[in-house]
Amino acid sequence: MNESILTLILLAPLAGAVLIALLPDRGKLPAWIALLTSLATLLFTLHLPAHFVHGQSGFQFEINRPWIENPAIAYHVGVDGLSLWLIVLVGLLAPAGIVASWNAIEKRRKIFYLLFLVQQTAMLGVFMSLDLMVYYGFWELSLVPMAILIAMYGRKDGPKAATKFFLFTFIPSAPLLVAILYLYAKVHTFDFTLLQYAVAGGVIPAGALSWVALAFLFAFAVKVPVFPLHGWLADTFAEAPVAMAMVVAGKLGLYSMIRFHVGLFPAQAHQIAPLLIALAGIGILYGACLALVQRDFWRLLAYAAVSHLSLIVLGIYGFTFTGSDGAIFQILNHETVDAALFVLLGALELRYATSTIAAYGGLAAKLPQTATLFVVSTLAMIGLPLMNGFVGEFLILSSTFSGVSRGWAITAAVGVILGAAYMLWLVQRIFYGPQSELATAKPTYDLRFGEQAILWPFAVLMFVMGVAPTLWIRTIEDRNGPLTLKGSAAVPQASLTIVSSGEGR
Amino acid sequence: MNSSDMLRILPEIVLTLTGVLIMLADAALPAGVPRRLLGWVAAFGTVAALWTSLGQLLLPVGTGFYGTVETSPFTVFFHALICGIVIVAVLLSLDTLPADSHHQGEFYALLIFGAVGMCLMTSAVELLVVFVALEISSISTYVLAGYRKHSGRGPEAAIKYFLLGSFATGFLLYGIALVFGATGTTQIYEIARALNAPGFANLTLITAALALMLVGILFKVSAAPFHLWTPDVYEGAPSPVVALMSTAPKAAAFALLIRVLYEVFPTLQAVWTPLLWAIAVLSMTIGNLAALRQQNVKRMLAYSSIAHAGYLLAAFAGLRQDGIAAAAFYTAAYAAMNVGIFAVVSVVSGYDDQLPLIQDFRGLLYKSPLMGGLLIFFLVSLVGIPFTGGFFGKFYSFSSAVGGGAVWLAVIGLLNSGVAAGYYLRLAVTAAQKPDESTTSPVAQPGVTVLAALALAAIATLALGIVPGTALKAAQAAAHTLRPIPAATATQDANAVPLITP
Repeated sequence: MNESILTLILLAPLAGAVLIALLPDRGKLPAWIALLTSLATLLFTLHLPAHFVHGQSGFQFEINRPWIENPAIAYHVGVDGLSLWLIVLVGLLAPAGIVASWNAIEKRRKIFYLLFLVQQTAMLGVFMSLDLMVYYGFWELSLVPMAILIAMYGRKDGPKAATKFFLFTFIPSAPLLVAILYLYAKVHTFDFTLLQYAVAGGVIPAGALSWVALAFLFAFAVKVPVFPLHGWLADTFAEAPVAMAMVVAGKLGLYSMIRFHVGLFPAQAHQIAPLLIALAGIGILYGACLALVQRDFWRLLAYAAVSHLSLIVLGIYGFTFTGSDGAIFQILNHETVDAALFVLLGALELRYATSTIAAYGGLAAKLPQTATLFVVSTLAMIGLPLMNGFVGEFLILSSTFSGVSRGWAITAAVGVILGAAYMLWLVQRIFYGPQSELATAKPTYDLRFGEQAILWPFAVLMFVMGVAPTLWIRTIEDRNGPLTLKGSAAVPQASLTIVSSGEGR
Repeated sequence: MNSSDMLRILPEIVLTLTGVLIMLADAALPAGVPRRLLGWVAAFGTVAALWTSLGQLLLPVGTGFYGTVETSPFTVFFHALICGIVIVAVLLSLDTLPADSHHQGEFYALLIFGAVGMCLMTSAVELLVVFVALEISSISTYVLAGYRKHSGRGPEAAIKYFLLGSFATGFLLYGIALVFGATGTTQIYEIARALNAPGFANLTLITAALALMLVGILFKVSAAPFHLWTPDVYEGAPSPVVALMSTAPKAAAFALLIRVLYEVFPTLQAVWTPLLWAIAVLSMTIGNLAALRQQNVKRMLAYSSIAHAGYLLAAFAGLRQDGIAAAAFYTAAYAAMNVGIFAVVSVVSGYDDQLPLIQDFRGLLYKSPLMGGLLIFFLVSLVGIPFTGGFFGKFYSFSSAVGGGAVWLAVIGLLNSGVAAGYYLRLAVTAAQKPDESTTSPVAQPGVTVLAALALAAIATLALGIVPGTALKAAQAAAHTLRPIPAATATQDANAVPLITP
């Protein structure tokens, strides 16, 4: 089981997609298939934390089979403390996304759920690939379903948002591909671990290497997005179907930064860290300020995401151990909380057919469950102690304050306070105060069973993650950090010979 | 001439016989008999040619007919590719050609004769045979391009293509003449040997010859700055024909380019590498920038094919083996996806281009999920997203360039593919958009043969993206058989005299 579990996880959504493609587009049939597939995938992903061996270095559940001989591309997948929970997270968000789309998607369900599942496979592939080409493949593949679905289901101007989203990620990945090809031309391998040794061993000239590292960073920074590369996010959040929007931002880019920028090019990452810390600091404030003035709740959520994701970037590039722990943990928190908020706001939009905040007001009396869950998620997001957001933010802020720079720590803290302001204000405007015209005019219903079945576990999860973060952080600490070659004895001789024999061509 | 000579041109013989049979049958059959039948004859003839061509792998690598034609994995690779394209084009035409008389018999005969020329072009190792083959293929395509005589655009396309094409082949012929003048032979290996001989002095003459020949060949692959005919011709020609002419003659021309560069002029590599570098950059940039502004789908795809010629030429910046293999692989990947997309366009906008504009494709994914899905799939491949043939095509091409030290070419190329994503995406998202309620024109139901053609193209595109290994091995075998600097000609025709001796 341990030998093939990753393949199973990767292929399960794809199998569901094929099944949907073969069966007719009748009623809710595609939705049911997608739901069952995603639940099965979730079960498979839970196998990983259950059988993860703590304290073991290197990757686990590894599969390494040659795929293409020349150039040597291998189907090489594996999991460590960094990717483990992210894979589970993808598994967890999928059913949430499907429930959120249950009634929102009425036309062409077949294409929607088919592409949704393909997207799952692409994201899972990104998190487990240890061969750079395979990784790049999944990275690019993840764009396609997303872009098509934004174009198909966009609220106002879908095609424009879809194009923007696609190009923003696709164009920076051009230098990324050249960089990968350059590495291959130098050391003749796409394998992550071998490349780590090759880079650390100084096989590649330093000047070229800093360009390569920059190309990697650029592609990832757009995907996160880091200020000032966030231009696509607000449109995407505003246009994309709820289920797709909740999976798009953050984790892919942040994971790639940690694994492939910091992990492959530690020296270059250290060099460029001050710039990224500054951009992150600006991003935190900028996102928070813009979130304060948004009239549309999707856009508010987008700028809030810019702010929160920048905080995580700050944690990563602070290069403190607790900071990185906090950053990775905060990715999980952010995605969980964001997903809950997306489902809730999606439910509101489905019922009232608008995303303008001003149209709402006083809903708490009519929709008590929605209001309760929204407040819980909000509190988790703004970092109330005992909720998950607190742990992550605390780890990042305290490590930044003590280990990096007091100034940026204070800036970030201001951003966190602003975060509380815009989120609580949002709650107040939607749920409290006098009932708006819309709220009185439209008879409606509170959360349905499916939504409850997703949201209550999420709320519990936020609480558990806040009370017992060690359950997660223990695993996160078992990640493969960047290679520090103080003594060259650390280099396995075997891998170096592979690298250098490739070099001798 | 002996029987082994005949085996070396067996696919061409099979194709010629098929063509002649179609022509005679067309004339002999009474007027009432549907000519669609002849399409099936063409399809089966091409399948037979494909089969015999694969059978040629059993022959020892070598030349026949006094060193004028060659059989090697290289020729088989391109034969198989060209025959494959022709099969798909025939299947596509079976349903999309209007059922009325419309000279269907001639259509299929021309298609097949064109294939003869293209196949011969890839296996000829004697420049005059190459030229004759090129003319056979070109003349068929000129006529096919103008097949919609009633529309006005058809004849315009044909005449434009014919005039410019003849002009370009004139260049090629002039180049051949100069080569003959400088070396005293037109046999490719003899030329290379003469150029490689110590004391060869006519360097200026031979460089001029190279330049002239390149003009002729680059015209055929529609590389900038010889691309001006492409959009007009693609717009005017019927879509099934464009599916063929945007791929098969180009494949043949690329095969010729590979031969000319790596077998005739390997000694001038220092001259043609920077030249092709510039042409590659020019083609992709001009192609992509112009495509961005197009509203007509076929014109847009025409400019896209110019850009793709540029990506392909990037492969020539690489080391010898890598470059040839990458170029051969790219030709195949490009052919699969381009035939596919023109097949979709044929079905959606019809033989007479009732729906020529990008805007007309709006809501295709809603109206016909199958056609919309395929359209988007082929566009995704053209963009170069992994797990499609287009990706590995670009991947090999640019990794060959990077391997050859042309990192900037790869950077420019990949940034260009970012630009290209812009216009491919415009078509894709338009097709994915909700249909306009006011204009709901139904999409024609594709027939069985069209579906077969689409399935072939889609499977090929997908297979080249997921298991590129087989095709790549074939391409590498093809690259391996090209002889850079010939020692002695192969044994069985060691005493054969070149067709033309000084």
